[in-house]
Order: sequence, then C-alpha cells, then structure tokens
Amino acid sequence: MANNADTKVRERNKRYNKYVKAVTPSSAFIKSLFNAFWVGGLTCTIGQLFGDIYRLIFPDLGEKFIVNLSSITLITIAILFTGLGFYDAIGRKGGAGSFLPITGFANAMASASMEFKTEGLILGTSVKLFSVVGPVIVNGVVWSSVVALIYYFAMGVIG
Amino acid sequence: MSTVNTIYRSKSQEKIGFQTNKKINPNKKIAQQNSQLLVFDCPPHIIGRMSIVGKKESQGPFGKYFAKVEQDDKLGEKTFEFGEAKMLENAIIGAVSDAGLNISDIDLMIAGDLLNQITSSSYVARDLNIPYFGMYSACSTMTECLTIASSLLSAGHFKNIVCATASHFATAERTYRYPLEYGCQKPPYAQWTVTGAGSSVLSTEGEGPVITKALVGKVVDFGTNDLNNMGAAMAPAAADSLLTLFAQTETEPKDYDLIVTGDLGKLGSDILRDLMREQGFELGKNYIDCGASIFSLDQNCYQGGSGSACSASVFNSFILSKMKEGVYNKVAYFATGALMSSTSCYQGETIPCISHGVIIENNGDDLCYWKN
Amino acid sequence: MLLEKLIAYPIVFVVGGAICALAQILIIKTKLTPARILVIFLIIGILLEGIGIYDPINKFAQAGISVPIIGFGAALTRGAIKATAKYGFLGAFAGGLMETAFGIGVAIMASYLVTLIFSSKSKQ
Repeated sequence: MANNADTKVRERNKRYNKYVKAVTPSSAFIKSLFNAFWVGGLTCTIGQLFGDIYRLIFPDLGEKFIVNLSSITLITIAILFTGLGFYDAIGRKGGAGSFLPITGFANAMASASMEFKTEGLILGTSVKLFSVVGPVIVNGVVWSSVVALIYYFAMGVIG
Repeated sequence: MSTVNTIYRSKSQEKIGFQTNKKINPNKKIAQQNSQLLVFDCPPHIIGRMSIVGKKESQGPFGKYFAKVEQDDKLGEKTFEFGEAKMLENAIIGAVSDAGLNISDIDLMIAGDLLNQITSSSYVARDLNIPYFGMYSACSTMTECLTIASSLLSAGHFKNIVCATASHFATAERTYRYPLEYGCQKPPYAQWTVTGAGSSVLSTEGEGPVITKALVGKVVDFGTNDLNNMGAAMAPAAADSLLTLFAQTETEPKDYDLIVTGDLGKLGSDILRDLMREQGFELGKNYIDCGASIFSLDQNCYQGGSGSACSASVFNSFILSKMKEGVYNKVAYFATGALMSSTSCYQGETIPCISHGVIIENNGDDLCYWKN
Repeated sequence: MLLEKLIAYPIVFVVGGAICALAQILIIKTKLTPARILVIFLIIGILLEGIGIYDPINKFAQAGISVPIIGFGAALTRGAIKATAKYGFLGAFAGGLMETAFGIGVAIMASYLVTLIFSSKSKQ
C-alpha cells in the first residue's frame, strides 16, 4: 500500500519517530540482562542436574536417551507450571532467560493450547497448539533439511 | 521505569510539525465546510451512568469512585468473552436504572468493544432487545458513541440513548498479543488493558451535565509501528483533535476546567504535552490522562492502563461525580484509539490513530428549535 | 569423576546464562519479537551443527548449550544428517523430527493433558 506518499509527511514521521525513540524509556538494561542470565543459567543447571541423576539411576541407558530424558523432564515441569498459572511470572522476570530454553518452548505450546480451550478441543486447542511455536518447528525442519541436503550432495560429489 | 514530566527537549531541536487547522466561527450553528466541530442546539443531558471494573483497577487511585467492582474475572461465566459481555450488560442495566428508567424506555443502544467484530456489544444488544448501533473506534469508542448519540438526540430523532463500552484484560491479550499463560516480558513502555465497562444514558430531557459540542477526529498516523508503544502512536491523534478544537472554538486549555484524554499512558501524555507545547498550548494541571492515572505506580502496569473501558469507566465515575459536585463545570473528554490490527501491522503498515472528543458542561445553552 | 561432574555445573550455568543474556540484549536493542529471536537462535544451532562445531561446544558446556533452543536446532540437524546417510535423499526431511520426536511428542501430550485439567487465568 502506498500510504504517506507525500515527502513532507514522510519527513515529519521520521522526525516524530526519532523523537519517540529519544523519549521512550528502555528496560533497565543491566537488571534485565542479569535476570535473563540467572533464570536461563538456572534452567540449564537444572537440566544438567536431571541428566546426572538419570545417569546415576539408569547407568545402562545410552547418553542420547539420557539427554532426551532430561529434556522431557524440563518440558513436563514447564508445562505443569504453565497449567498451574505461574510460568508467566517466571517469564516476566526472566525474559529471554525463560523463553529461550526448551522450557519456554513447552510453555508457549501449553499456554496456546490452554488459551484456546474455550473454542473446543478440536478447533481451539488442536488448531492453536502450534500458534506460538510453529515458527520454531517449521524453520527447524526447513533449515535442518537444507543443511542435510547440502551434506548429501557434497558427499555425492566428493565420494 | 522512569518517566518524567518534562521530557521536552530544548527549542533548538527540530520540531515535529503539525499542519495548522482552519479556523471557523464557533457561534455559527449551520453546517460549515471543513468543520470537524459539532455544536448541539439541543444539548443532551447525561442522566444516568454506571462504571464497573475488575479487582486490579479498584485498587488504583480512582478505586473509590467506581460504582461496582467485579472480583471474579469471568463474572461466573464460562469464558472471559462471556464475562466481558456480562459486564457490559450489567453496566448498561445499571446506567439505565441510575437514570430512573427501564430498559424498555431506551430507544437506542450505541456500544462497542475491542473484540473481533465487536461481538460483546452485539450479544448484549441481542439480550436487551433494543435497537442498536455497533461502534468500533478502539479505545476512543466511548467518545464516538457519545458524539453519535448527541447528534441523534439533538436532531430530535430519539429520546433516550444508552452509550456503553467494555474491555477485558484477558480477551484483549488474546486478540492483540499472546496467550495469557505465555511467559514473555513486556517492554517498560507497554500498557495494561483495563478490565471494566462504562455506560452513560443520554436524554433530551432531565437533569445532569450536557454535551454541548463534539469534535469528530481525523485518522492521524505519524508512522510509528511498535505495537507495544500505543501512547506514542496515539498522542499525535489527540494533539490533532485538541488543536482543531482550540482553533475552531477559539479557546485554549485554560478555558476548560478539565481536559481528559483516554489511554495515552504516562509516556503518551508526556508526548502530547510536548506536541501541544510545540504549537503554543500549555497543558497545565487541568489535564489528566485516564490511562496514566487509573493505576498507581506500584501496580506493575508499565505506562498505565489502556482499552476502551479505561476512559469510559473513569468518565462515568470520577469525572461525572466531580461534575455533579460542581468541582468541574466544563470538561473536554478526548479518548484516543489505535485502529490497527495485528494483521495490518504484520503486513508492514503503521498504526493509524483517531481521537474523537466531546465537551461536557454543567450549564449549556439550550437553543432548541423543536422543543417547546 | 565426581569432581569433574561438579566442575561442569558452573560452566553450564555461565554458558546457559550468557546465551540467554545475549538474546535479552537482542530483544532490548532491536525490539525483535520473541518468536523471531527463537528462530534466530534455532538457526544458529542448525549452523553450529552443520559446520560441525556444536559437538565440541556441547562436550564442554553440556546442558548449558543443549537446553537453550540452540540444542533443539542442533538435534534437528544431527538427525537430518544421520538419516540422510541411512536413507538417502528423503532422510533429510524425516531425520530432524525423528531425532527430536521425544521432546515434541511429550510436549504435545503434556500440553493436551494440562489443557484438559487447567484453564488460563487472568492476571493481576
């Protein structure tokens, strides 16, 4: 759409945006960074702890499965917290520290699923389950496939 | 989170720049070209009012003025959407009984809300079984309703009209942002949607303050596209409408006992002060913003409240109470609305905003040609 | 052995925390939405695995890098490459999801169960 075609208007908008940028308060930088740091660090540490515990209890299981198991534990805990209604408080505190780990992925899924329960389990929950995490799964599959295909053809060429 | 009152930069810095508004003769009642101002010959009276808010709003500075506080976010209904509709219905019924009327005495209901296709209002209109106009003007819905109602009443088409609007934190979050339980940070310049409803009954007869003038706003877009920074997007619209009002009525801020804007929030109202100062109008102590004042600083609401019920609930409680007491006799009420949708913003559009205003006076001239 | 495990914890904390803090800087400075940040870090993970330096980092930082979404991206790529070796061309499209099926499956199931029990609450 060609709006604001007038150069005068465009320049006014530029001035206004510059002004807004100058007066808009930004987050307390150090504080929010610190919060993201410790919330994220703590989540990873808990993941590590579960891994070590599982290694101790099930010494026969392969390393790959142990890693999966600790991820699953974190996911389950995050989803339970979401259900009980206090994961969002962690999110408000931790920012990136809470949405970047796998727990944030789980929270995004469960929160969308719960939110749209009112539209029914099929048209609400089932349709909207991926409304927030969809980009992660789609981009993940697309770009990992691309990387794998590059490997495949490179191997073909080389060997 | 620090916002200060004087964010205005020194005069040497470049001005943002507004187009100057055309002056018209405010005493001339017949329609004039290029006039955004409506002057009502038969100014309608606000004879009934009702405000309902949620728990959080009741803990704010205006808490004691609200007529009713809902402790349950769903009002005992199945979903938040039904709860919002119930709240709107309660507000309308409350306002009508405050006016000493029955629902059957109401000739027209003009209402709006923030949900897609303004469903809350429409369902309430279905249940109340009265003629209905649905309005959507985002957070300036209340003033748009009052403007249309006043025009219809002044022309003598109806006798009693009820205007109402509602918004709900839980439904607005879902419509405009993320699921409620999704853990993400809001930036410090975000605003908190008010859970509440406000309703006024306007009538050609009766006691109460009168709506003497209304100003139809233009859509103003200063090219901001941050969905969280509504105050900055809407401030130019408020400034545009206020400047038009001052130009077309040949008044200035000190001619009003109170100038109220809708939900600019702390940041937005500071920006509005700056924009007005640039044009030579100083908004002094007689200017308040409902969004900036509805929550107190310790309530974790970033820049303050937003939502159509923000100004509607404050107007129907605090402002009309104070007018009744005679503290304020002439009030300019300019709610502001951001007319974007998440679709339009994802497609790269900027945020168009509007501000409609009404002038409410305790003593208005009644020059009605069809009364008596 | 035990000492080695204990030493890992501060490393996990610092690396995990640093990655999240980096994402936080991106949020504050660029105003990108969480979804975009997630995709950016996911792609970082995919690239790290693609050029083969994810594994050494993971040996050093362990959960510090595998718990953030980077680990998810790396797992997708690892699976895709592995499946390509095994099944050929078509493996590239299936491998990623095969590798991460545990997490996604459990997340879907748990979300569904939680939805049956709880509802969203309005916030104060």
